[in-house]
Amino acid sequence: MCGIAGIYNLKGAAVDAVPLDRMIASIRHRGPDAVGFWQEGPVALGHARLSIIDLAGGAQPMPNPSGSLQISFNGEIFNYRELRQELISRGHRFATHSDTEVILHLYEEKGEECVQEMNGQWAFAIWDSRARKLFLSRDRLGIRPLYYTRTGDGSFVFGSEVKALLSHPAVHRGVDLKGLDETFTFWCPIAPRTVFEKIEQLPPGHSLRIVDDRIDSWPYWQPTYSGGQAPSDADECAERLRELLIDATRLRLRSDVPVGAYLSGGLDSSAIVAMIQNFTDNPLKTFSVAFDDPEFDESDFQKEVIRHLRTEHQDIRCSHEDIGKVFPDVIWHAESPVIRTAPAPLYMLSGLVREHDFKVVLTGEGADEVLGGYDIFKEAKIRRFWAARPDSQLRPLLLKRLYPYMKNIQAQPDAYRRAFFHIRSEDLSSPFFSHIPRWDGAKGMKRFYSSDVKSELEGFDALAGLQQSLPSEYDRWDSFEQAQYLETTILMPGYILSSQGDRMAMGHSVEGRFPFLDHRVVEFAASISPLLKMKVLDEKHLLKRAMGQFIPKSVVKRPKQPYRAPDAVSLLGGASGAGRSAFVGELLSPARIRAAGLFDPLAVDKLLRKFEKGRAIGVRDNMAVVGIVSTQLLVERFIDNSWS
Amino acid sequence: MDLKSIRKEIRQYVFENFILGEDEDLSDDESFLETGLIDSTGILELITFVEETYDIEIEDEEMIPDNLDGIAKVADFVSVKSQA
Repeated sequence: MCGIAGIYNLKGAAVDAVPLDRMIASIRHRGPDAVGFWQEGPVALGHARLSIIDLAGGAQPMPNPSGSLQISFNGEIFNYRELRQELISRGHRFATHSDTEVILHLYEEKGEECVQEMNGQWAFAIWDSRARKLFLSRDRLGIRPLYYTRTGDGSFVFGSEVKALLSHPAVHRGVDLKGLDETFTFWCPIAPRTVFEKIEQLPPGHSLRIVDDRIDSWPYWQPTYSGGQAPSDADECAERLRELLIDATRLRLRSDVPVGAYLSGGLDSSAIVAMIQNFTDNPLKTFSVAFDDPEFDESDFQKEVIRHLRTEHQDIRCSHEDIGKVFPDVIWHAESPVIRTAPAPLYMLSGLVREHDFKVVLTGEGADEVLGGYDIFKEAKIRRFWAARPDSQLRPLLLKRLYPYMKNIQAQPDAYRRAFFHIRSEDLSSPFFSHIPRWDGAKGMKRFYSSDVKSELEGFDALAGLQQSLPSEYDRWDSFEQAQYLETTILMPGYILSSQGDRMAMGHSVEGRFPFLDHRVVEFAASISPLLKMKVLDEKHLLKRAMGQFIPKSVVKRPKQPYRAPDAVSLLGGASGAGRSAFVGELLSPARIRAAGLFDPLAVDKLLRKFEKGRAIGVRDNMAVVGIVSTQLLVERFIDNSWS
Repeated sequence: MDLKSIRKEIRQYVFENFILGEDEDLSDDESFLETGLIDSTGILELITFVEETYDIEIEDEEMIPDNLDGIAKVADFVSVKSQA
């Protein structure tokens, strides 16, 4: 895994490449092993390398043999050996054994369509000197990031992280309020928007070309659902799924350095570890997070999987104070406001991995989106079931069973449950039925906006924009598939794979690989009937069927526990203020809140006083604390450049 | 305690606890649910506040929007319960 950056002079004159050095320096954590630069005419490319494949020969930026192409590439092409063989058989001659060179040869043959052949995770830029074209692409599901902007002086500036762009002196610094508002609705901005004004991200599954000063981008892949095209026999489906997952895992073990795995104690990571142990000869080391706070700890299940699968294991214990302590670094890497502290323990975990000299880990990310594991899918099913008989006394009780760990839902009056879970006819016909309660919950943050922000955002409707971007076939999909599409295209790339994924791993120079996000697995899963993915209310039914025999029964049968971490308490400490992170008090002072201009100092002060009084604070208050602290950190570091 | 004073107290509690900023207003008749002011924790906080402040016990069947969804409704409900 690596970091890339580049500058292209849209006026066609020679590029000023001087800022590139600083841009690459800002993302050296993505590639501490080597740096490289190349420039010619209007274009300059930079690269920070984390050496994983072809340690001796994979230096970048890399030319093709004729020198007509140059590439700067972040990621892995897992099927590079097969592609390389095919290319050699068609007459290509290779100078290295790297996957990077495979992309160049593939591009020589297929041009912009080369990405269709690739199985992997990538963000890259190719300068095609014959066509005078800059070609950028990002992997299908948005595993690797790619940002870009157009500066006032006529440059197109791009890079793996926003901090690389902001290291260029001509790049504008500002908060995109619509991006912020989307973050406080969907948990992340909707690509191409970001929370940074005038800075965009290339959406997952998109490519972009620049010829002269014309910039075009287009989707080359997007998830589509055809539930029922796959075999209707559950065993047949499970068998096919297992074959694909084993192959996806096998490909993701390709590396010239040792590969480890994360182990949460849940079904998905246990399935990955089981596949490595049972179907490959990779010597495996596993890593996990344990929490001091028993509400979040899954150590017992982790130990059971370790015993069962006999892995060499390391874990890191995480306290409230630990989370508070690393939180500023977490935001520095995440480059986004967050409303949960959940990325912080994962940042600590990648540090543990790196301490043990591992650069690559396989994880279970994607299984919940692709195979139907999240509570939100189950919740939507129960809400529809209830809405069909709105007067039923028993149907709403299923919601209480769904969230045994949420005290407020257990205790809430029945009459209110209907309102909070949106059992109303107008919600039933909404294309976003499954997600309304979640998005409604996150919106509580908006109460804290300053009057200036409220007035700037007047008339902006995040949901209306999203509705316009839905694919034409969306209405024809089953409601379960619609919910899967929303999770796969919004939260997964925008938060799970970014703030919780790429950024927390790369913060310690660790590359994550995700077998469940092999596009063959994703496409096959999308062709499976929703009734098989979730059988009645049994989530990830097919995965359990496919992998259950290799995993401890207790893990297969345990109720789904979403990955969570202690939120406000980690930043604010106890009601007395004991354990409060040193940076928080000043950061939330009325003067600094006013200086940042995004939140109402009075409202923030009320929130702090409420916390100090020890009044029960629920999900919404927790989200507000984390959202405000993270946004303040972001503004001070990235916009005002005054992080202290 | 008269209805006007109860309303005033409830209003103050709502503004403090449900974090209304300096430029926000909420009429006594506005719905907490429709304005998105309270969530599933908020309703529990409101019930606890009412029970502790006015020394009344709210039965399960009384925990309905007709009694609790707005400053005026809560004040009316407290006033009636206190006299019972």
